Amino acid sequence: MIADASLAETVRPVVIEPSRGLLRINLAELWAYRELLGILVWRDIKVRYKQTAIGVAWAVVQPLATMIVFTLVFGKFANFPSQGLPYPVFVFSGLLPWLYFASSLTASSMSVVSNVNLVTKVYFPRVLLPLAAVSVPAVDLLVSSVVLVVLMLWFGVAIGPLAPLILVFLLLALATAFGTGLFFSALNVRFRDVPYIIPFLVQIWLYLSPVIYPVSALPERWQWVLSLNPMTAVIEGFRWALLDRPPPDPGKIVVSAVTAVVMVVAGYAFFRHAERQFADKI
Amino acid sequence: MPASITVEGLSKRYRLGQLAGGYDTLRDQLAALGRGGRRARTEEERELWALRDVSFEVQPGEVVGLIGRNGAGKTTLLRLLTRITEPTGGRAILRGRVGSLLEVGTGFHPELTGRENIYLNGSILGMRRSEISARFDEIVEFAGVERFLDTPVKRYSSGMYVRLAFSVAAHLEPEILLVDEVLAVGDAEFQRRSLGKMEEVGRSGRTVVFVSHNMATITRLCSRALLLETGRIVGDGAASELVARYLTAESGSQAHRTWPPDEAPGNEAFRLHGVRIVDGDGRVASSVDVREPVGVELTLEVLRAHVPATPWLALFNDQGAHVFSAMDTDPMWERGADQGIHVVTAWVPANLLNEGTIFVSVSMNSFRSGGKAERQLHVDDAVSFLVVDPAEGDSARGAYAGSWPGAVRPLLTWSRGVRRQDGVAERR
Repeated sequence: MIADASLAETVRPVVIEPSRGLLRINLAELWAYRELLGILVWRDIKVRYKQTAIGVAWAVVQPLATMIVFTLVFGKFANFPSQGLPYPVFVFSGLLPWLYFASSLTASSMSVVSNVNLVTKVYFPRVLLPLAAVSVPAVDLLVSSVVLVVLMLWFGVAIGPLAPLILVFLLLALATAFGTGLFFSALNVRFRDVPYIIPFLVQIWLYLSPVIYPVSALPERWQWVLSLNPMTAVIEGFRWALLDRPPPDPGKIVVSAVTAVVMVVAGYAFFRHAERQFADKI
Repeated sequence: MPASITVEGLSKRYRLGQLAGGYDTLRDQLAALGRGGRRARTEEERELWALRDVSFEVQPGEVVGLIGRNGAGKTTLLRLLTRITEPTGGRAILRGRVGSLLEVGTGFHPELTGRENIYLNGSILGMRRSEISARFDEIVEFAGVERFLDTPVKRYSSGMYVRLAFSVAAHLEPEILLVDEVLAVGDAEFQRRSLGKMEEVGRSGRTVVFVSHNMATITRLCSRALLLETGRIVGDGAASELVARYLTAESGSQAHRTWPPDEAPGNEAFRLHGVRIVDGDGRVASSVDVREPVGVELTLEVLRAHVPATPWLALFNDQGAHVFSAMDTDPMWERGADQGIHVVTAWVPANLLNEGTIFVSVSMNSFRSGGKAERQLHVDDAVSFLVVDPAEGDSARGAYAGSWPGAVRPLLTWSRGVRRQDGVAERR
């Protein structure tokens, strides 16, 4: 038994009252629950690899198969430009962050409803659910990046000197998925149509991101419009840092980054507002 | 020393639709047929104060039971204190580390092993990793699952599952523990142990708030009780006194109900003038001995002769479970009754119902082709009564005094035989 007498003085009183304010960011509380975040991530990874028959191989098969189809359709038949790279390497380097983003977005949008047994039975900052959901697909990303390395070796594409910068762009992808996921996971509690919207949204979003084509293939005016999609900066930045391609326009990166920040802040505000009724509505 | 829990004017309002969801599935449709006008009623009310202006304090080390009939606000109060849902008004302050147990095994994942689930469940309940590691052996030993630690819990028997889940929860050791009825699980032996563990928690100086429908458990575990009625606290005092008051007061049951002629529920063909719960001598009984039959007496007025319709009863227990439905099979009703007042009594046999409050809904239904029913009149929870067991050893619970889950509690006939050497069973 652990003596709790001393704890009484250290634990701050919990005040329960109707919440006010838009964002109500409580960093101290989130920090206090960091272990639970870790456990939720660990649980999802564990379950994912236990339940699927070929486990880790999915993280290789899915992007590889997609890459082959895209290479045949867009690289061979349609003859899309590829920034002077072999098309398989070009498209795979876009698919890598894209698939991470797509799984994160999907998982985080379902996160609150799929944890209904927790939401109705125990308190914790609900925001941990979408946050854990966007972290889990990073494991798949890590596995499938091995495939990219193999492809680069095969086609003799050298790694760029700024390669570590891809982490910054992945963080941007995470933020975008998190912001969108916050919005949809809260919406999903009230409207169970969300599971039907997400695959549709992901598909449209794919074609609005420079996965199968380079941004440079578009007219200048449209390049600016496209930069409103944070995934544009993520994928362009990824190719720039990892494969030593021409650097993206800093102005457009700023536009993408600002969009992502706005999405997170707006998504968070919406989530915190909706959160108050999760347990009543779910 | 400041109070562990201070509650000031705490209120919770639910709006229309939050409680009565739509009827999305066939199953819900069917349940709605049995439950009757529930949905229509909430629509009329538009909003519901599940808890209204509740204030109280709990001192460190007190073990407080929340009692009251279903819908009185016990669970809502607990959900507010555990921060699962937000109050509409007022506030509560909890001083100390809070642990809440609204069910056993929150977050257990069937694919994960016993070992993994101990860490998962412990973290979800608010334990630190280091604390779980420190108590790991104790948890495993209490649950008695040493051999199955690395087996996924989906392969556990339900008994093992519950034991492991309770064991994690029992080792939570917060300063303030909020508990809802978690003891109503597991086999008798495990219930005895978990009740013992709860008593230990109560004696160890922790503050406990406990919700239960089982009055015996409340009096055994709690020193003080709060009695809730329609979202307000109507009683605060020694647990034994309040339990007695709850069991005898009208708030616990309403065994006799009559309507003035112009307000009698029904339509142009049928009216319900009164419903009474009666004992074998025909006297109104708000509490009945589980070993005696109990009658539900309906006073029905037939305004239009020969309309085929049959009296129906639906019994619900205090956890909202539909215990059973019954109808009067007298062919007279199918042909259509004569005009006038009819008094019918349905007799529920002795040793059928379980202990607790029983709510009786009354209706008159006409049958149409295709298995459809047309409702002539319906009254939800028209009357209620309490089933008690004096525990003299001759009821279905025998000498066992612990919690007894289940919608009904029949006293069965057990035959006994011996298996002979040649394999032929011989009945005695």
